[in-house]
Order: sequence, then C-alpha cells, then structure tokens
Amino acid sequence: MTLTSPTPTAPVKRAPTPKNTGPTRPSRFRMGAGQQMKGGPFAYLTLAVVGFGSLLPLYWTLVAASRTQDEVLASTPPFLPGGRLLENVATAWEQANLGKAIVNSVIVSSSITAATLFFCTLAGYAFAKMRFRGRGWLMTAVIATLTIPPQLSVVPLFMMMSGLGWGGQLESVIFPTLVSAFGVFFMRQYLIEALPYELIEAAKIDGANNFRIVVSVVLPVARPAMMVLGMLTFVQAWNDFFWPYLALNQQNPTLQVALGQLSASYTPDQSIVMAGALISTLPLLVVFVVFGKKIVGGIMSGAVKG
Amino acid sequence: MATTTPTRDAYVPPPRRPQKEKPSERRQLWRSRLWRFDDKASPYAYIAPFFLVFGAFGLYPLLYTGWIALHRVSMTGLDSMEWVGWENFDKILHDPEFWTSVSNTFLIGVISTVPQLLMALGIAHLLNYRLRASTFWRTIILTPYATSVASAALVFALVFRADGGLLNWTLGLVGFDPVNWANGHWTSKLAISVIVIWRWTGYNALIYLAAMQAVPNDLYEAASLDGASRWQQFLKVTIPSLRPTILFTIVISTIGSMQLFGEPLLLEGGTLGATGGNENQYETLSIYLYNYGWNLGHLGPAAAVAWAMLALLLLIAAVNWLIGRAVRTSDSAVRRGATR
Repeated sequence: MTLTSPTPTAPVKRAPTPKNTGPTRPSRFRMGAGQQMKGGPFAYLTLAVVGFGSLLPLYWTLVAASRTQDEVLASTPPFLPGGRLLENVATAWEQANLGKAIVNSVIVSSSITAATLFFCTLAGYAFAKMRFRGRGWLMTAVIATLTIPPQLSVVPLFMMMSGLGWGGQLESVIFPTLVSAFGVFFMRQYLIEALPYELIEAAKIDGANNFRIVVSVVLPVARPAMMVLGMLTFVQAWNDFFWPYLALNQQNPTLQVALGQLSASYTPDQSIVMAGALISTLPLLVVFVVFGKKIVGGIMSGAVKG
Repeated sequence: MATTTPTRDAYVPPPRRPQKEKPSERRQLWRSRLWRFDDKASPYAYIAPFFLVFGAFGLYPLLYTGWIALHRVSMTGLDSMEWVGWENFDKILHDPEFWTSVSNTFLIGVISTVPQLLMALGIAHLLNYRLRASTFWRTIILTPYATSVASAALVFALVFRADGGLLNWTLGLVGFDPVNWANGHWTSKLAISVIVIWRWTGYNALIYLAAMQAVPNDLYEAASLDGASRWQQFLKVTIPSLRPTILFTIVISTIGSMQLFGEPLLLEGGTLGATGGNENQYETLSIYLYNYGWNLGHLGPAAAVAWAMLALLLLIAAVNWLIGRAVRTSDSAVRRGATR
C-alpha cells in the first residue's frame, strides 16, 4: 500500500488478516500521524455497542413521547413509537409555555453566540498576534477563569440582576455569558497558526489602522474557526440549565427551564415530559446531523493544542 | 509562554518625529501620533470586553458572595441585609445534611469520572484505528453531547424507574429482582453517574483521539521493533504521550462533577429532587445551595455554601498539583535512567 493508493472500493473483506502491520508501513493519512492500523471486527463491534448505547436514550425519548403515560410505565415498556406524538406535543406546548420558551431560547442562544464570536475573535487576535505589556499573565488569567464554577457567584448575581431590574428577564441570562474564556483561548490557538504576520504587515503598509486590519484581514482568516466556535457556543447556550433555572421563571423560561418546571409539577405526565424533551433536543440533533463533522473537528482541534 | 513568542514583530516602526516643524508636516506628525496610540491601545481594547464581563459577572459576585455569607438576607427582601457574622458558616458546618452533600458530591464525582475517562480512553483507541466511515462513528459517539442536562436526566429518570423502568425490565429478563434505583444510597449515585457518563464519554474520547493523532509514528515503530505488543505499545507509548491531556480531562471532569445540579434535581423531580431524595441520598452541593437559597429562601447560608465549595475546589486543586508534581518527579527519574 503506498501513499497514493486510492481508498479501497473492493467488496468488504472482513477477514481478520493481520497483514502489513510491519514497523515500516507508511502512514496512509496525512492528518494524524498516529497509529493508523486497520480496525478489526472487534473495533467495529465495540463501537457499534457504544454507538447503540449513545443513541438508545434518544430513541427512547421518541418512543415515550409518542405514547400515553400508561403505556410508557407498563411493566413491559414499549419499543416502537406510537401514534400520540402530536397530541403530546400539543399538551406540552400548553402546559409548559413552550412557544415562548422556544423564542426565548433562540434569542438567548443567538445573542450569546454572536457576542461571543465577535469579542472572542478580537481578544484571540490580540493575544495571538499583538504585543503588549502583560500579555502572558493576562492570558494565564483568562485560562484560570475556566476553573471557576458558576455556583460560586450565583447568589450575588441573582441579587445584582434584581437590582438592575433584570430579575426574571432574559438579560440576566445573556449578559454574564457574552464572552467566554474558552472562546478566547480557542481563537488564539487558531490565529497563531492561521494568520501570518506578513498579512498584517502588508495591511499596515497599505495604511490600514488596527480596526481595519481586524475587519478585512483577521475576520476572513478566522472564519472557519468562528464557525466551529459558534456551533459549540450555541450548543452550550441552548443546553445551559443551572443559572437560567435560578434566574428565570415560569412566565419567561428558556426551553430547558420550561422542561425542568414541567417535570417539577405535582404529578408530571411522563409522556408529556418526554414530548417536551424531544422538542428541546430536536433542533440540536438536526444541527448535529448537518454539521457533525465540523463539530467533531472543532472539539478535536480545540483539545489537541490544549 | 514559549509558544506565543512571535518570530518577528508585526509592527512597522513609527515614523521619527521630525526635527523642524514645518506647517506642512503638522498633519504628518498628528497622524503618526494617532498611529502610535492606535498601536498601543488597540490590544487592550480588544481584550477589554472579556475582562469587563468577567469582572462584573464573575469576579465581583465571587467576592461579594463572601460578604453576603456574613449576613442574613432572605429571598423576599433582597434589599435588607443584616450582619450576623459567622452564624451562616456555623449553621451549615453543623448541618449533617451539608456533610452528606459533600460526601455525595465526592462519591458521585469519583464513580462518574473514573469509568468515564477509562472508557473514553478505550473508545479513543478504537477510533484511532483506520476505520470505514470514521466520521460517522465519531459523530454517533458525540451525539449525547448535543443533549441538554434536562432532557438527559428526564429520559434516564424513566429508564431508572422502580416499576416499569426500562432497566428493571431488562434486569428482569436476566432474572434479577427490580431495584429501587433512586431510593438506594449507592444505586441513586450510580444512576446519576450513568447520566454523567453517558453525556460526556464521547466528548472526552474525541479529546483523547486528537491527542493520540499527534503522537509521532516513530515512537510506535521503535516500540514494535523492540518487540512490544500492541497492548504494550498502548501502555508504554500512548498513555505516557497523553499524560498532559489526561491531566487536563481529569481537572475538567473534577470541576464538572463539583457542579452536578440538573441530574440529581430531575432524577425524581418535584420536592424530592430539591432535597436530593428522601434521605438526601443523592443531594449534591449545588442542590444543597439551591435548596437553601431558592427553596427555603435563605441566601446567607447559600452564599456560605458557595464559599465552602471554593475551599473544596482549592483543596482539590492542591491535591492535583501535588500528584502532578509527584508524577513528574518520578517520571524524570525514570527518564534519566532510560536511554533513547
């Protein structure tokens, strides 16, 4: 097998032949010079089991959301979806203020994502390519903030928000997460390699000021990383539970808060709860199916240099 | 930071200040001053948003928590604070429920983090093989990451139900008696750990996979020339090369497990969720904080809990650092003895 050999298109040979695993076998993939040995049946089988375990709870959400509570809780649980999905969704919609919750979740997640992208790209660029006093320890400070759990500051945060008149308002959820330390770090790592100094210099010689450089040089170069960071941020903002649950109320919830309140009601109907869970998960699952490759790549690239 | 040092300066040196100031050169001078100010101030302007937001909504509240912890504040009257000194700390430190939640947080943290990271390591190793449809496998394994805490906890609450739960039904097939998962001390912690493990194993596996792909192939070639089996290569080449990444995931997972909130809150839901079960058998520190502040309405003790969490976090960090140092010392001792 040489470096240029095309991907084998022949019918699948599933025989466990340990051929060609000698020490001098060249790596076939440019990306990842690691141990690129061919996976045997054991690898596929294990991954299939793990994959099944990953998907089963999601599938079961669908099953439970499309049946009655009695069927879901029967001593032999159902295994196939039933026909009550639309009714359950409609009930959940009424009980949990889901319409408002969806709008709120979209507003919160997209404004957090937009702000994070803008500010983190700026800060990442400064840390990656500009020289200024205190750069090293300021970057260390940014990373250090990653280790502070939100629990430590929620009590005064709640009081502050009520003092600002944002009690129960979306502002109280949006403002604390406008910029993320992870985002700054992620953009910095990307721009260190992706943005050559020559480009910045050329723009300077052409008479561009610093902000002009950001707009016409940095942002275009940063776009791929911004895509990835945007998706990661959106997923995180959409799924955030702890602080929104404390800060918002039943009249003005995000999807996750509405879901939490639905299940905290006196006697929750499990199939209705599952219908709500399905509605809150579905948009992200669609994003995952469409952009799965990009998100996977983003998590891996964010990690490898960490 | 060695990696951040640029190979050369991006800046064109600012124009020299002219000796004689002709009126025609005034504009030139003004422009160059502006230019220099732009260069000096821009980086700070770009990083300012992060520090402003963090200062206002992270650092300031963190410090203010300490002040609130010394006062009596109730949810119904947020404006009136009454000085009580150490009373709040006294109260929580003499509350057996607090210590239950400390040990619960620790136990759940251990039984969720350790298997999670070991499994992630194994899965990453498999994903590192040359596979058909490798992106497909990676995406499938990452799917739980797309699920929110709330949805995951609610589905698993159904799976772990005492009667009519999916898990007990499966156990029944094999001949086991049904287990009351949420009621038992160990079983409830196990159930919560399963939710955590389910959501985060794939994520950690991808982080490990990325690190594995950065391991140079020569190391494996050298090892196999020396006659190392695949398992030995995994132990002697892969794991040591991944050490910084493994440490990173341990730190991140530890911090994550300190914060567990949605999983225990929603495991049974309702009033049981807010107290972590009828015997507080799965009450975590976050639940304890929530219960004091948002259920009972006493924000002072809730703030004291937050500071107790900070103390615990620092303790964990210290232990981590000590272990890291011990590992490094023994490691370099080994390396000094070895020849490459």
